[in-house]
Amino acid sequence: MIKTDIIIIGAGPVGLFTVFEAGLLKLKCHLIDALPQPGGQCAEIYPKKPIYDIPGYPSILASELVDKLMKQIEPFNPGFTLGETAQTIEKNSDGDFIIKTTQGTSIIAPVVAIAGGLGVFTPRKPNIPNLESFENDKVYYIVKEPSLFKNKEIVISGGGDSALDWALFFVENYASDVKLIHRSDNFRAHNDSVQRALDYSKKGEIKMVLNSQVSGISKNESKITLDVQSKDNKLSKINCDNWLPLFGLTPKIGPIGDWGLEIQKNAIKVDNSTDYSTNIDGIYAIGDVNTYPGKLKLILCGFHEAAIMVQSAFKKIHPNKKNVLKYTTVTGIKGF
Amino acid sequence: MDVKIHVIDRQGIEKIISGPTDMNLNLMELLKVHEYPLEGTCGGMALCASCHIFIQSSNLLPEKSSSEKAMLDDNWDSKDNSRLACQIPISENIDLMKIELAPEVL
Repeated sequence: MIKTDIIIIGAGPVGLFTVFEAGLLKLKCHLIDALPQPGGQCAEIYPKKPIYDIPGYPSILASELVDKLMKQIEPFNPGFTLGETAQTIEKNSDGDFIIKTTQGTSIIAPVVAIAGGLGVFTPRKPNIPNLESFENDKVYYIVKEPSLFKNKEIVISGGGDSALDWALFFVENYASDVKLIHRSDNFRAHNDSVQRALDYSKKGEIKMVLNSQVSGISKNESKITLDVQSKDNKLSKINCDNWLPLFGLTPKIGPIGDWGLEIQKNAIKVDNSTDYSTNIDGIYAIGDVNTYPGKLKLILCGFHEAAIMVQSAFKKIHPNKKNVLKYTTVTGIKGF
Repeated sequence: MDVKIHVIDRQGIEKIISGPTDMNLNLMELLKVHEYPLEGTCGGMALCASCHIFIQSSNLLPEKSSSEKAMLDDNWDSKDNSRLACQIPISENIDLMKIELAPEVL
């Protein structure tokens, strides 16, 4: 089991900066994030967009901000559990929290800081009846184990990077039977991927079904049949082993919604007059995930909340120690 | 001036909301102010499609940017009259426009 002082749920900018503020108080942090890389929305949704309201930076790219935060927290040696979602929480007899992730990782700490932004990035699912009954058997929204699809007839839906990259991967590595269904004839993936996919299409190695989308799914012995509807309302059927609808990710509040925290409009209610604590003693919520009167969902407000929150966390972790605010200009950064 | 917009929510209930043209608002923000359940995840950059709506009137709207086109192309529920509300400024052009919220993303 991983032991730390503060478990931070969410490795977006606010979660990362919490490591810095905690580090100044000699508190060690471990971050959990469902995404495979740190940065949260800044990395997943708008890495190449400039942000103009980070103090001291007239303009900074979201990805650059993440890189700089990672550099800033390096001295404090945080732990990372990436690509896993915090799923359950329990309190042991010492009053410490034990969080288990979807992949079974366990982390223990006296304090939990939820900096989960808008939630866990989860795949966007097509709105098709009975789809759930095929999930994780015939239908996959994320490719975790590519070898599962070796020598299979696969249909991929979507027109973004993920759809094209996987279509190319399967045809290049497994010589699989790949069909790509997309609702338009434009792709928003990288030009290079689009060109390669079109080249395979000309050679007949990827079959493209454009201006069409899947409208239904049914079982067909050991396979599945997809109903495909074109823009001009022509219906056709495609038999295949697996369907991979790859329509990107959307944030959902996820398992923390069931932890007994007071939730208001998809956000966690906190006490903003003191320390951003939730209704559960020892659990705090900071950044876009929380709500209070006058809340502003801004990165800079999340940074402020992190600084205040770790002071309270320090008192909880070291009830007999007195903390005196020290300025980094005086003490510098002493890592550990 | 204040413009009026007919909004049909996900339950099919139609209401008229109004919003000022002089506050640099977009339609996603106005819908959120009126507590419609749009996420506006990306904050208005046409990068997430969580403010997807259907236009049911013929008001003159700004052309779709390449980013908006790409998001709508790759969006499950898109139709020919789909737009991202964040890309529609509150201006005189949209007075009396009629819109419907797209289904929630599953």
